[in-house]
Amino acid sequence: MQLADLRGNKQYADRVFSALAVAAAGLVLLILGMIAVIMTRRAWPAFGSEFFTSTKWSTADHVFGALPFVWGTLYTALIAIVIALPISLGVALFITQIAPPVLKKPMVYLIDLLAVVPSVVFGLWGVLVLSQHFGLGRSFLTAGIILAIMIIPIITSLSREVIETTPPSEKEAALALGATRWEMIGASVIPHSKGGLVGAVMLGLGRAMGETIAAALVIGSIPRITLNPFAAGDSMPAVIANQWGEADGPHKAALIALAVALFVITIAVNLIATGIVQRSMKRSRGA
Amino acid sequence: MTATSAYQESTATRRRSDLRARRSWRTTKNDLMTGLMIGAVALVAIPLVAVMWSVIARGAAIAFQHFPDFFTAAVPVVSRAPGPGMGPAILGTLLVTGGATLIAVPIGILGAVYLHEYGANKQLARLVRFMATVMTGVPSVVMGLFVYLIWTLTFGYSAFGGALALACLMLPVVIGATEQMLRLVPSQLREAAYALGTTKSRTILTVVLPAALPGIVSGALLAVARAAGETAPLLFAVGAAHEFNLHLFSEANTALSVQIFANANSSFTASQDRAWAAALTLVLLTFVVTLVARLFTARLALKR
Repeated sequence: MQLADLRGNKQYADRVFSALAVAAAGLVLLILGMIAVIMTRRAWPAFGSEFFTSTKWSTADHVFGALPFVWGTLYTALIAIVIALPISLGVALFITQIAPPVLKKPMVYLIDLLAVVPSVVFGLWGVLVLSQHFGLGRSFLTAGIILAIMIIPIITSLSREVIETTPPSEKEAALALGATRWEMIGASVIPHSKGGLVGAVMLGLGRAMGETIAAALVIGSIPRITLNPFAAGDSMPAVIANQWGEADGPHKAALIALAVALFVITIAVNLIATGIVQRSMKRSRGA
Repeated sequence: MTATSAYQESTATRRRSDLRARRSWRTTKNDLMTGLMIGAVALVAIPLVAVMWSVIARGAAIAFQHFPDFFTAAVPVVSRAPGPGMGPAILGTLLVTGGATLIAVPIGILGAVYLHEYGANKQLARLVRFMATVMTGVPSVVMGLFVYLIWTLTFGYSAFGGALALACLMLPVVIGATEQMLRLVPSQLREAAYALGTTKSRTILTVVLPAALPGIVSGALLAVARAAGETAPLLFAVGAAHEFNLHLFSEANTALSVQIFANANSSFTASQDRAWAAALTLVLLTFVVTLVARLFTARLALKR
């Protein structure tokens, strides 16, 4: 009787614990769902036809066209990727293929250290040093450079992980045929890791588009659409951070609408990237 | 030397030199690419060194000039006034980050326990795992506005609002890191516990989690270091106070990152100086937390 009681209690505790665990995991889905629903409802009044088509953003006339900010977000992210990709790939290849074992760990630490520096510190350096002493001013390019510095760690560490899954037999086969190290990289490492590398770049792209504070400090806060990288511009996260303080009702709704648009874009990029990375990881592990 | 042998020798050298020429072109390309890779490493080091140099050179003088005033005095209300004061911001950063840690770490560990110990390959677990990865990519500014809508709009500025926002950002990171550590716990440990008649929850709490603890602590600390530097979410939820505020749930507070952002935009040297010194403080804080995390990782490696 007593024993059965005890067991009953135990099973009860067991069930409570597993229910708590399920709830904690479900919280992830709940938060994502709530972000989508609550923010969209709040931003609804701002989603007029002109929101996605107008290039005019005038807080005084309550005209809110998002296009210049969408352009700025995409353009700065693109500049960041163009700068960050070759550097990240170079570093990842150096760490995995060239560096003597003694150097490997310090190099990984160095990259991780870059990831630990808060974005606002990069922003401070960008606005007071990079833009002033290097003649770049506050511009798309300055923002792109700062964003590149911030996404290099994530692209590097992801590509390093993918590259390290290349089977030694494939590398040795290329070397045995007389390939130089570079030819071996081109023939074995890159084809094997292509999928993962694409995923890593897309994750970096998602990060660059969502990065707020550094961009807000160095981009220049002038909404405009131009290909000139030296021009001052604006981006979605930057304008939200910069204008929130003095925004009234409709203006706030428009800024929240920008956040919803940003959320949708980054989620889409991340969904695709995560899918690609997971698939390529699974394939390389299975092979 | 006869004509034929001279001919043979010349073709032999020609062939060899042909070969060498081709090989040297390929090795040149190889060397060039190796050089570029080393160049990439140098390029990565430049911003880190440059940023650190600026932060230390411009921040240390201000931060330690009137030690310990900078760390204890209130923030000057008039931003062009020279002199110290980031005390409230340091306190605010500790309050907000500490609060976020208390919320996100237990929930994150529980979530990971579900994913690895209960869910495994179930549909729900796969969905949560995928969505948690996606959630790490949600921009911090979006998280800040979300918390503004669900908390700040009703209850006003407070350190707790900031903690909520940072907790949302930390949660998927803690889940991911913890699940990875749980995967490393050998299944024999669980089976041994079950063989002794231990229930599943008890096995997890007394066998599995303690075994994975150093790794979990390390992962959680890295998430804390990232969160401590976040700015955007705090702009919407915490406000910008100049005075000390010990209350977690009421009144506007401030944080180092928010102060850096506000002062970096200023054209007054005094303000910029405070921004650099605050940046130095924040960087030191995050580096110390990261270092402690690394020590835990090192202990983990030693154990194996």
